[in-house]
Amino acid sequence: MMNFDYVRPANVADAITAASEKGASYLASGTNLLDLMKGGVSRPSRLVDVTRLPGLDRIEHLADGSLRIGALVRNADLAHDAEFARNYPAVAEALLSGASAQLRNAATVGGNLMQRTRCAYFYDAGSACNRRWPGAGCDALKGENRLHAVLGWSEGCIATHPSDFCVPLVAFDAIVEIEGKGGRRELPLEALHRLPGDAPEHETALERGDLIVALRLPANAKNFAGHARYIKVRERTSYAFAVVSAAAALRIEDGRIHEARLALGGVAAKPWRSREAEQVLAGAAPDTTVYREAARAALAEAKPSGDNAFKIELAQRIVVRALTLAAAGTPDRIAALPGSPFSSVAGA
Amino acid sequence: MTVELNLTRDPAHLRHGSNIGQPLTRTEGVLKVTGKARYAADNHPPGMVYAVIATSCIARGRVKSLDVAAARRHPGVIDVMTPAHKPPLAEDPDAKGNPFAFRMELLQSDEVRYANQAIAVVIAETLEAATEGAALLSPRYQVEIARVGLDATEAYAPPVVGIGNPAEVRHGDIDAGFAAASKRIDATYQTPAQYHNAMEPHAIVAVWDGDRLFLDTPSQGMAMAQMRIAGLFGIPPGNIHINSPFLGGGFGSKGLVSGPQVLGVMAAKLVGRPVKLVLRRSQMYGPVGHRSATRQRIRIGSDDAGQLTVIDHEARITTSSFDDFYEPAADASHTLYASPAIRTAHEAVRVDTGTPLFMRAPGEATGSIVLESAIDEAAFACGIDPLEFRLKNYAEVEPTTGKPFSSKALRQCYAKAAERFGWAGRPLQPKQMRDENGFLVGWGMGTATFPALMFQGNARAVIRADGRGVMESGAHDMGQGAWTALTQISADALALDLEQISFLSGTSDLPDAGIAGGSAHTATVGAAIHNAGAAVIAKLAELATSDQRSPLFGAGNAGVVARAGRLHRRDDDARSESYAEILARAGVAEVEASGTGAADPAAQSQYAMHAHGAVFAEVKVDPELGQIRATRLVGAFAAGRIINPLMVQSQLRGGMIWGLSFALHEEAVMDHRSGRILNANLAEYHVPVNADVPPMDVITVDEHDPHVNPLGIKGVGEIGITGSAGAVANAVFHATGIRVRNFPIKIEEIVMGLG
Ligand SMILES: Cc1cc2nc3c(=O)[nH]c(=O)nc-3n(C[C@H](O)[C@H](O)[C@H](O)COP(=O)(O)OP(=O)(O)OC[C@H]3O[C@@H](n4cnc5c(N)ncnc54)[C@H](O)[C@@H]3O)c2cc1C
Ligand code: SF4
Repeated sequence: MMNFDYVRPANVADAITAASEKGASYLASGTNLLDLMKGGVSRPSRLVDVTRLPGLDRIEHLADGSLRIGALVRNADLAHDAEFARNYPAVAEALLSGASAQLRNAATVGGNLMQRTRCAYFYDAGSACNRRWPGAGCDALKGENRLHAVLGWSEGCIATHPSDFCVPLVAFDAIVEIEGKGGRRELPLEALHRLPGDAPEHETALERGDLIVALRLPANAKNFAGHARYIKVRERTSYAFAVVSAAAALRIEDGRIHEARLALGGVAAKPWRSREAEQVLAGAAPDTTVYREAARAALAEAKPSGDNAFKIELAQRIVVRALTLAAAGTPDRIAALPGSPFSSVAGA
Repeated sequence: MTVELNLTRDPAHLRHGSNIGQPLTRTEGVLKVTGKARYAADNHPPGMVYAVIATSCIARGRVKSLDVAAARRHPGVIDVMTPAHKPPLAEDPDAKGNPFAFRMELLQSDEVRYANQAIAVVIAETLEAATEGAALLSPRYQVEIARVGLDATEAYAPPVVGIGNPAEVRHGDIDAGFAAASKRIDATYQTPAQYHNAMEPHAIVAVWDGDRLFLDTPSQGMAMAQMRIAGLFGIPPGNIHINSPFLGGGFGSKGLVSGPQVLGVMAAKLVGRPVKLVLRRSQMYGPVGHRSATRQRIRIGSDDAGQLTVIDHEARITTSSFDDFYEPAADASHTLYASPAIRTAHEAVRVDTGTPLFMRAPGEATGSIVLESAIDEAAFACGIDPLEFRLKNYAEVEPTTGKPFSSKALRQCYAKAAERFGWAGRPLQPKQMRDENGFLVGWGMGTATFPALMFQGNARAVIRADGRGVMESGAHDMGQGAWTALTQISADALALDLEQISFLSGTSDLPDAGIAGGSAHTATVGAAIHNAGAAVIAKLAELATSDQRSPLFGAGNAGVVARAGRLHRRDDDARSESYAEILARAGVAEVEASGTGAADPAAQSQYAMHAHGAVFAEVKVDPELGQIRATRLVGAFAAGRIINPLMVQSQLRGGMIWGLSFALHEEAVMDHRSGRILNANLAEYHVPVNADVPPMDVITVDEHDPHVNPLGIKGVGEIGITGSAGAVANAVFHATGIRVRNFPIKIEEIVMGLG
């Protein structure tokens, strides 16, 4: 591994200063970053270890009913927080469907949001990749791309964002709190990840030195607790990224869908919120016909970026499934196989 | 889980205090779970430095330049080994001295034969410095177009497949077989390249002392490794001391010493210090072998009643551009089904990969999933239950040779596994069963088979003055439980309790135990131990029966029997003497004898020798999302004498999980332009995780085989894959009505197929 500086700032301000230098990178638990460094994909000259920054590892209930999650809260701790799981069951299920127990124990909230794509060509230092090397080209475009994006991609990059966690978060209008050289600002999570367009290297809206300090779930996110699910199709039951996933949340009153939230994972360079689908659902009676219509609306703009036309079909079916399960009501406990279509199988 | 003990009731094998057949836990288990078991890479001799391989990112061409100066400048870097700067070798690493000498890349030239090939080695004071040094070499290449995939080059008929098997075998009249068929299956299947992915990467710690060489390195065949290394460095094999007490899995990839391991030895020579070299996970995808990709066309003919008339099984396989290993995939069709006409044939294409090699059930695994799927297709075409179809075509003698089987309890396997599974009443048509949650349910089956092989191995037995015994054999424990099973056999061979013997193993200084492969290690070394024990007891008997003062005097060797540390007269059990008494009176410190285990050519020419089994699988499939989940696996296996039911269970289960992996998960994904493997890591090269492994039931069926070897052992290491892969694939068909012929079965095939 290349030699690099390692600093462990005492507070957020020092961290920002240390990370504002060219070549610097924040290090949280390193489950993504260190792999990238070992593979020669990331070569930061300085690591700014944020894991010991004070005050960023708390889950706080704010006066306005929203929930504030510090950027250093571990994925597992958040998912296993009983109150969190009760109020935001689809988020907990998404978290628990990700990676493995060991990784979730280590991974932080901030790191999860900021994890890089799993596009194999991005990881393969020998391949051309516009994200790694702007203008180099995209070897995925005519390569092995059965798992690549079907929404929001460009000829410049067809990668997907791999996070499960972000999918329900974006459905619930989560907000990211950022500290940077210019002070504190907020951003809807939906605006954090960018679609590739003609600048795929600009993966997020963060500027150099920007530190995510917290994530906020607005008060109304709790209103969906009774009807919220996350469903993830993957190539093995655990320890695999989504082929396609969906978070669905409904507010059902008097037999009608009052309000709906829907987001997809594994389909685009960002967690994909579908307001089109939500509009189809709002006001309708919860039944398969309307779910199908919503699914069509969600994928209306989809087009294959390669060998992945099946993902468009699969995504629609997952939308229908997630809505069906959400309408049926959130189970009392998160299933033993979180996110799995088989989570309802006895003994699974 | 069920463990069915398989203690044979044959009195000739039943001893008082018999250890064979007991479900002993691993003798080295505590060492392993407490971290005290020292694997190769755990060693750290004084003065040791680190070597890291720089690998090629092109699959074909030449290395034009390496920035050696930049690497050397990096703090901590000691030296950079390149084609221009390396210790001399006594032998060309591309020489083909024997069928097991595979060509290896030891920096003999600037040619690149495959991606991930070693192009330089950086030696440094720390692992990090060596790693960065390797990155700083920034190679420049002259790139040639990589030849990738089963259509990359013109196919040709390989001279042989596997180790010396004919590439084409014909039995009976193929044309007549087709002519007689009223039902025909003609299907083409594809299986991907797979990599062994043993948990422990290949590693070596090499220490030179003059022209003596001390190596800690995982090996499934220490004596062969000694020979190869000796040849390459021009030193006597006896000068090479290999320690390999534990392997974190090998699966065939550690059967032969690999290029990277030899590079570690060269690096140690170059810098004159002990060197450690450990492959990174991604570096294991190339120089240490893999399972060839295959495309197999199989044609099966039968009459309307389901009687086979012909099996014609053709396999296209890949080998490297520079060496020859031919996965004997079609040979899986030789032994299982009684068809009057059987043809198997292979063709090969050369591609720019490392040379494929033996990977757990080489040939059997790739061939079995295709044969078992096609038999399922044939049964379905005839409207016959797949089990009934197999029983109809049960081979009473080996079809291609006409030889009787040395033993074959396959019928019992079918019966027991089918009963345990609850196969009766399975609907013939697919897509008929749903569970209470609406998931499609499918049941499939497959027949398992693997040859009962024997290699050659030796053991040395000693009985000491205190009556204790020692058994020595340089055997290999890859995790399969050799330490335990061979200790059990040793105790019985010496007629002593386990506590009274020491079993020494895992180093090349002990008698050559042959190679741990072909599921033959327990059989081979077990026979050697058995014979060494018998020989040392014969010496003891000699001492006693020829001594007038002994109560055994005059009984003759055949007139005494060993039991629990004593020799007894056969005609008067009350007259006996302990080992210690015999040695003490004779004034002998110890007696020693050797034994060899090897195949009996006479028995082999007379009998076909195979283990068999039957595997039944249940899968559930989400009818809309296409997600597949295996929910039950039941296997029954007849594999001769079971030395240790616990170890055997774990081998069979591991094999069955591998079969599940073959059907649903495992695949090396290669970029067709660059020839690089895109998922060379355990995150993306999918094998089942615990959550994918269903409840499993593994039954062993009694089988007494007097012909295979003195202890009646058949191997269990590989057979579990066969049958299982096909069973899972067939269950997917039964659940969905979709016959996927491209493995692993991918979600898109099911999603789009379910419509
Ligand atoms: C084998 C494997 C399987 C996985 N499977 C899944 C899966 O199925 N689903 C899933 O969702 N995830 C999966 N993951 C990804 C995992 O969730 C991420 O690796 C993890 O969340 C990253 O968190 P971390 O704290 O380790 O981040 P790090 O690796 O430390 O950092 C990741 C990136 O985020 C940046 N960063 C970290 N914290 C901040 C901050 N506060 N502000 C700004 N930037 C920051 C870092 O600079 C770096 O670029 C998997 C990972 C592995 C290795
Ligand atoms: S898809 Fe994006 S990440 Fe993947 S190779 Fe192309 S540019 Fe790089």
